[in-house]
Amino acid sequence: MIRIFGILAGLFFSLSVLWAFISGAIAVAPVLGEYGQFTEPMADKVFHEKHPPALHLQSDGPFGTWDLAQLQRGFQVYKEVCAACHSLKFVAFRDLEELGYDKGQVKTIAAGFQVPGVDPNTGEATTRPGMPTDYFPSPYPNEIAAKAANNNAVPPDLSLMAKARHGGPAYIHAILTGYGPEPEALKQQFPDFKVPSTGHYNKYFPSLAIAMPPPLTAEGQVSYAEGQPKPTIEQMSTDVSAFLEWTAEPKKVKRTQTGWPVLGFLLFATILAYLAKKQVWAALKPKKKHTA
Amino acid sequence: MSFPWAKQYEPKHPLMRYLDEKLPMPRLVYNAIGSGYPVPRNLNYMWNFGVLAGFCLMLQIVTGVVLAMHYAANSQVAFATTEHIMRDVNWGWMLRYMHANGASAFFVVVYLHIFRGFFYSSYKAPREMVWLLGVVIFLLMMATAFMGYVLPWGQMSFWGAKVITGLFGAIPVVGEPIQIWLLGGYAPDNAALNRFFSLHFLLPFVIAAVVILHIWALHIPGSSNPTGVEVKSESDTIPFHPYYTAKDGFGLGVFLILYFAMVFFLPNYLGHPDNYIEANPISTPAHIVPEWYFWPFYAILRAFTADIFFGLIPAKLMGVLAMFSAILCWFFLPWLDKGPVRSGHYRPLFRKFFWFGLIPTMLVLFYCGGAPAEEPYVMLSQLATAYYFLHFLVILPIISSIEKPEPLPYSITEAVLGKDEAAQLGDSADTAK
Amino acid sequence: MADTTGTVQPETADIGEDGVRRRDFINVAAVAAAGTGGVITLLPLISQMAPSADVLAASTTEVDISKIEPGQAIKALFRRQPLFVRNLTPKEIAEADAVPLSELRDPQTLEERTKPGKTNWLITMGVCTHLGCTPLGAGPGEDRGPYGGYFCPCHGSAYDTAARIRKGPAPKNLEVPEYEFTSDTVVKVG
Repeated sequence: MIRIFGILAGLFFSLSVLWAFISGAIAVAPVLGEYGQFTEPMADKVFHEKHPPALHLQSDGPFGTWDLAQLQRGFQVYKEVCAACHSLKFVAFRDLEELGYDKGQVKTIAAGFQVPGVDPNTGEATTRPGMPTDYFPSPYPNEIAAKAANNNAVPPDLSLMAKARHGGPAYIHAILTGYGPEPEALKQQFPDFKVPSTGHYNKYFPSLAIAMPPPLTAEGQVSYAEGQPKPTIEQMSTDVSAFLEWTAEPKKVKRTQTGWPVLGFLLFATILAYLAKKQVWAALKPKKKHTA
Repeated sequence: MSFPWAKQYEPKHPLMRYLDEKLPMPRLVYNAIGSGYPVPRNLNYMWNFGVLAGFCLMLQIVTGVVLAMHYAANSQVAFATTEHIMRDVNWGWMLRYMHANGASAFFVVVYLHIFRGFFYSSYKAPREMVWLLGVVIFLLMMATAFMGYVLPWGQMSFWGAKVITGLFGAIPVVGEPIQIWLLGGYAPDNAALNRFFSLHFLLPFVIAAVVILHIWALHIPGSSNPTGVEVKSESDTIPFHPYYTAKDGFGLGVFLILYFAMVFFLPNYLGHPDNYIEANPISTPAHIVPEWYFWPFYAILRAFTADIFFGLIPAKLMGVLAMFSAILCWFFLPWLDKGPVRSGHYRPLFRKFFWFGLIPTMLVLFYCGGAPAEEPYVMLSQLATAYYFLHFLVILPIISSIEKPEPLPYSITEAVLGKDEAAQLGDSADTAK
Repeated sequence: MADTTGTVQPETADIGEDGVRRRDFINVAAVAAAGTGGVITLLPLISQMAPSADVLAASTTEVDISKIEPGQAIKALFRRQPLFVRNLTPKEIAEADAVPLSELRDPQTLEERTKPGKTNWLITMGVCTHLGCTPLGAGPGEDRGPYGGYFCPCHGSAYDTAARIRKGPAPKNLEVPEYEFTSDTVVKVG
């Protein structure tokens, strides 16, 4: 009985999904020439560069370590350029000690930022210089203010940016260096394509029009300390991408460095377990054939 | 415990004798996973996954309880407390990655456990109850995993909660009120997050309870084995301890190496970048997918793109029905597949449909469930879905009645040692053909 | 331990003394490795309950003392714990100085507990050293106890005008945190 019901139910589901398949196929049939494309391709489907060029950082891979000088340069770029619009709300000033700053330097850096506070006499909202325990403040008092100041596009928080996008730091680097005029081929192929007045053409951004104006526009926009590489746009973009890799996953190096001893121990223990298993099972192997 | 030759627990130490009289816990363990449980001697490594699944459950409970000490289920701070765990809590990053990847590891192990059951027809009598309880565990796991994924309150969490509760909206008439009731609002927010946290904490213990029933039910007929031939005599079995404890110990080691390699070196590989963006009710991510372990069923859900019976059953409802039926039909397997032989090794027709039908279908469904809802993935998943239902509900019942199984070994001992040696053991001496 | 093989005969004859020992050694080593792994696993599970980095990061609190009249005290919050800031009157200072150190359970002079030249500013934690209640005496109109300082209502510990323990179960004087005067009217604690 169950089998009869089962067969009926199975046929019901299979036939209805095949019905969906057939009706789909009928809809597709007229355009089967360009299989799978129901509508005119959009400019962003053709000209969006899905894969950012590779970015090699010292923190990459299972043996990576932080390049502290680079992280400090990247922090400098964040502080002098990005921080004007982007918050970094999950990072506290005290965390900067991991970049090689000492306690005094962290205090000075923190004091350079104004964080929201309360006037102790009147209770009114005000600002005060930051302390190492404070988190990076948002440049805007709230989301509405952020929208109002940026043509309705809220500059996203950057703390986790390197984990929140496919490609991570390489994507950030690609966006920062991907601005430029629209290519001629695009204008010819899609004469109707137009970057909105509030947008900027960027071949690595999915819609090709990003709301953020090019943040790094000139060599030397940030002046690096003596002995550091030349602050080209490429260099600054790489540095800030490395810095954001750190803000997104500050425990990354500790993680891989913990991983090796753990795996080493497990390998050792597993070999022992294998030998023990063999020993235990050896007793089951009848040897009569050989002795008889 | 089920066989007359099972070793009896004989406590030697006076303290253990006392304990055995008052609270025979050691006896229970001895009979469950100790020397007192006779197990077929020919289990292969596919039989390791039951113990590994139990280990994964313990791992998830331990790491989960610890994470709950630092997490706050409030939509205002849930995302921030998750980051607090990742940045400030001692070893918090490791514990969270262990929990997140532990969920994936649990599903890997359980899928292998289930497909071992499919191939060796472990669901057949006398182990139907073991199988039914196993399907219950799988359903509970899916509910638990879904609610756990909501907790970090990232974009995928939020939209996952919205879409999955939206499934209930497909039920005619009462669907929408049910969805609102499930969420405690019109969209996922604090109410939903809090109840999901509460249930996410509770369900693992319910799973643990059903696991105990699952093992209990297993111990009545005893474990199945790769030949599918039932245990006939003492020489067919060996005690669980030390043989299978040693084998499971080795299996656990291999599992842990793979698992910790993921935790320490690719912790976000199975995750989704969008879940590192805080939940935003006004912007849906471009490509939302559930976690990988839901992909086959998600593909089935999306395969139903057309209304049927001239609109009598809308496509949305059909997809939801099919998705739930895809798992619910497993409940009926013991009665759908009536063939007398269990193991796929001796079922030529069944074996062909398993390797060339079911396995490729599952792989296609896995792949299409994670792919965007575009062609050719939709059409592929439609074909795979059709086969999926045909396989379990039509093909299995039919082949189980028409198939001619290959000759079975007389006994497990004979399968392991060959006829001659088994004969020397006096096992099949009088019946050897 | 390997004679649990049912009717299968373990070939004990083939295994000499050495074989048995080697087998035991590997099994013991495997079990020991598993045990070691288990114990190591406990470490992060225990350590995660210790204060997290944000809690450990020492924060500082600034207190404006310009509005505290002699004889008055205020309560502030410092690292999630109450802080008492008290402006002592000359009489209270004299009372504190008059007590011989030998009479004290935790001998300390008022001068040791205040900054030079600012002996009237008594800044202490508001945490009773007995079991951690907040003593009375800092808020307006609160009972200052028999010694005119602070009085803990939980178990009756009485502190004098230098916040030293005089009576009751508390073992120590109220703790003086690290602080400095950044100006005549502002104290930075921590």
